[in-house]
Amino acid sequence: MHGVNVSQSSSSPADRRLSALVRHLEGSSMDSANHSIAAAPTSGSTGARISVFDHVVRAPEDPILGVTVAYNKDPSPAKLNLGVGAYRTEEGKPLVLNVVRRAEQMLVNDSSRVKEYLPIVGLADFNKLSAKLILGADSPAIQENRVTTVQCLSGTGSLRVGAEFLARHYHQHTIYIPLPTWGNHTKVFGLAGLSVKTYRYYDPATRGLNFEGLLEDLRSAPSGAIVLLHACAHNPTGVDPTTHQWEQIRQLMRSKALLPFFDSAYQGFASGNLDADAESVRMFVRDGGECLVAQSFAKNMGLYGERVGALSIVCRTADVAGRVESQLKLVIRPMYSNPPIHGASIVSTILKDRTMFQEWTIELKAMADRIISMRQQLFDALRGRGTPGDWSHIIKQIGMFTFTGLNSEQVAFMRNEYHIYMTSDGRISMAGLSSRTVPHLADAIHAAVTRVA
Amino acid sequence: MASAILSLTSASIATSRPLLDNLKVNSKFGSSSQTTFLGKDYIKTKSFTRTNMTVAVEVSRFNDITMAPPDPILGVSEAFKADDHEMKLNLGVGAYRTEDLQPYVLNVVKKAENLMLERGDNKEYLPIEGLAAFNKVTAELLFGADNAVIQEQRVATVQGLSGTGSLRLAAALIERYFPGSKVLISSPTWGNHKNIFNDAGVPWSEYRYYDPKTVGLDFDGMIADIKAAPEGTFVLLHGCAHNPTGIDPTPEQWERIADVIQEKSHIPFFDVAYQGFASGSLDKDASSVRLFAARGMELLIAQSYSKNLGLYAERIGAINVVCSSSEVAKRVKSQLKRIARPMYSNPPIHGARIVANVVGNSDLFNEWKEEMELMAGRIMSVRKKLYDSLSAKDNSGKDWSFILKQIGMFSFTGLNKAQTENMTSKWHVYMTKDGRISLAGLSSAKCEYLADAIIDSFHNVS
Repeated sequence: MHGVNVSQSSSSPADRRLSALVRHLEGSSMDSANHSIAAAPTSGSTGARISVFDHVVRAPEDPILGVTVAYNKDPSPAKLNLGVGAYRTEEGKPLVLNVVRRAEQMLVNDSSRVKEYLPIVGLADFNKLSAKLILGADSPAIQENRVTTVQCLSGTGSLRVGAEFLARHYHQHTIYIPLPTWGNHTKVFGLAGLSVKTYRYYDPATRGLNFEGLLEDLRSAPSGAIVLLHACAHNPTGVDPTTHQWEQIRQLMRSKALLPFFDSAYQGFASGNLDADAESVRMFVRDGGECLVAQSFAKNMGLYGERVGALSIVCRTADVAGRVESQLKLVIRPMYSNPPIHGASIVSTILKDRTMFQEWTIELKAMADRIISMRQQLFDALRGRGTPGDWSHIIKQIGMFTFTGLNSEQVAFMRNEYHIYMTSDGRISMAGLSSRTVPHLADAIHAAVTRVA
Repeated sequence: MASAILSLTSASIATSRPLLDNLKVNSKFGSSSQTTFLGKDYIKTKSFTRTNMTVAVEVSRFNDITMAPPDPILGVSEAFKADDHEMKLNLGVGAYRTEDLQPYVLNVVKKAENLMLERGDNKEYLPIEGLAAFNKVTAELLFGADNAVIQEQRVATVQGLSGTGSLRLAAALIERYFPGSKVLISSPTWGNHKNIFNDAGVPWSEYRYYDPKTVGLDFDGMIADIKAAPEGTFVLLHGCAHNPTGIDPTPEQWERIADVIQEKSHIPFFDVAYQGFASGSLDKDASSVRLFAARGMELLIAQSYSKNLGLYAERIGAINVVCSSSEVAKRVKSQLKRIARPMYSNPPIHGARIVANVVGNSDLFNEWKEEMELMAGRIMSVRKKLYDSLSAKDNSGKDWSFILKQIGMFSFTGLNKAQTENMTSKWHVYMTKDGRISLAGLSSAKCEYLADAIIDSFHNVS
């Protein structure tokens, strides 16, 4: 029922432990004098310390987060981490927004604040404000009470809760995800009980959108299937549909009753404009249809570690929205009971105060602008070096990431020779670049492209 | 013309908009019928383009979803809020209240938060397994820093979303690596335990625990049921301050429980939500866990800092897996991470930092111990006052001493469902239907009132 199952023969726990013991006897250098087949692993005898967990294998490091792990181990002073998507300043430092610090100060200094459990659905103010942010304050869906919004653990948590809900209550259990997509999507949906298929998205030839392939694949999807859409700043490619293409996607999806599930992790961060970055979602909501939206405040508010996000489900009627919300609570309660208060309170404080909201939009735009300027600088640097190839995709792509088009050999080369860390699909985080480090990266790309096939 | 038709197709296929204008536009180019439009789910439209002749029935895809019942525990607080009777008393959810029945943020927590603000810590993602400093202190708190399991690095510790989240990670590990293995849970137990195992896909059954005749522990039943379970069963044990009964095994009984679990090669699985909160002593409350660890057993322990540090809403806890070797512990930890990543990627930072700061700083740690003794002390004193009131007011000769013998935040009154309902409807005392009251929500001032309510419900309602 739930996702990936390590297939095991139907042996008893004792059988499994015996076979673990046999593996030890056959392959290990354990002192045979201590072996006793009768001894239970938890018997505490000082002899064979066979673990009940012996059959648990070492999991590989998460591919995205593993990049930072490898980076941290590297002693080279020239090393550059372009792996995980966390914003860095021009000085290469993590950034806590001023407006976030102010909000936090207010919260910590407010002696009337308590740490009582939030409701299962989270902080009410936060939920309302988050829905307004993504759907627009004047959204009819909100005014008609057709939206249920529940606070979740950032984007990942929102996706997981939404997927679990769909696996239990929606008649279609297939979700179509773009190829490629964020590495964690497949596991999130799989473990929630959905089966995952892909639709064509990235065109390596143009380093842009394979729009015809996208339309074909969605056209051949079964009616009612769920479709994952990146609201803006597609991760990992940075390639977004145009407004006109979004409209065509919308029409096609509605004609086949495909259910949109938006992943909105970069609102305001992509173009620098909150409304522009929400337009794809709003286009779908405007037509009165239903959709899901997973929102993350990790990047646009720099609240990464606080795990702040929201899942909104736009329904046809307020009555349906109420029932849907009650079922979302049944997903959340056995997962973590209720969500963490700190990050949501920070967001709520900022969104509800006009001055702080304004300040936020300014700081947000500054982050987006810095990234856009890094794109330009990298593009110029490669052009300046005469690096073979068309690198215009660097300035056409949008958001935190650039899909360089480098292959995994070239990526490994850049890591080994230049101490530059990125995910093996050639994705680089522009947020990790600075004017100072662009030349080093350009040199590395140039070398990789000219020396490695 | 074609494009105009196309765009109208999209408008009519997509939906009925509840706005009159749009329906008028639609009806010009195709027929549309509807029953009502405001408040009703559907509209039929026909489109007249060459590309599409389908009839779209716009019912919600979620139309068949039923309204879920409110959470039995958290729902109590909601009902309490709605009541405006002056004597109302909320003995529902287990959150500590002061004598003035106010929520309590510990002084050490405020100090830690101020320290964190002053330091200007960043908000970067934690590793999937959580804050390293937190993981270190939480395991040391549980086992004692000089414990062999810590020294030998045999504990896999992963920060989790308080007790619930930590239990869920463990449940997912059991489902994946011990498919078909059951968890044995006490009867009764915390209401959410079953939900957690159900959603994780882990089968469970119950062992006898509460004896209504003695309002105490059915020890023989407990031992028999643990013995009867198939080898390799996970046995869920409350480390201290059993929820909902408040009834804990004695140290001798714990030894016997450990014997039986070892005999049957079961795997002990502790839920430790009240370390320090039960007796007032962190070490004393961890003694059951330490007893098992000292026997060299492998075990799982879920921890929560909701109550003992008052960090309820920050969702801070940990899952610990004691393994036979550090090498196994590393592998187990890696698999716990693999479960957490598709659930929420990495855990929230704020609560973890608070715990790390409090436990890691000897001044704050000592101050914490004092505040914890105060909290545990207040609960013990209202138990005494309630007991005294009951004994003084009740002439039936019923033995109310179980109130004193039980420990922790909760007391199992022995009231049945009908009697509990009387508590609420007649006396405006809110509690869970299983007869559980939270002493943390009781003030000395209200002990007499509560005694009256209990005596009335017990004797006059069946």
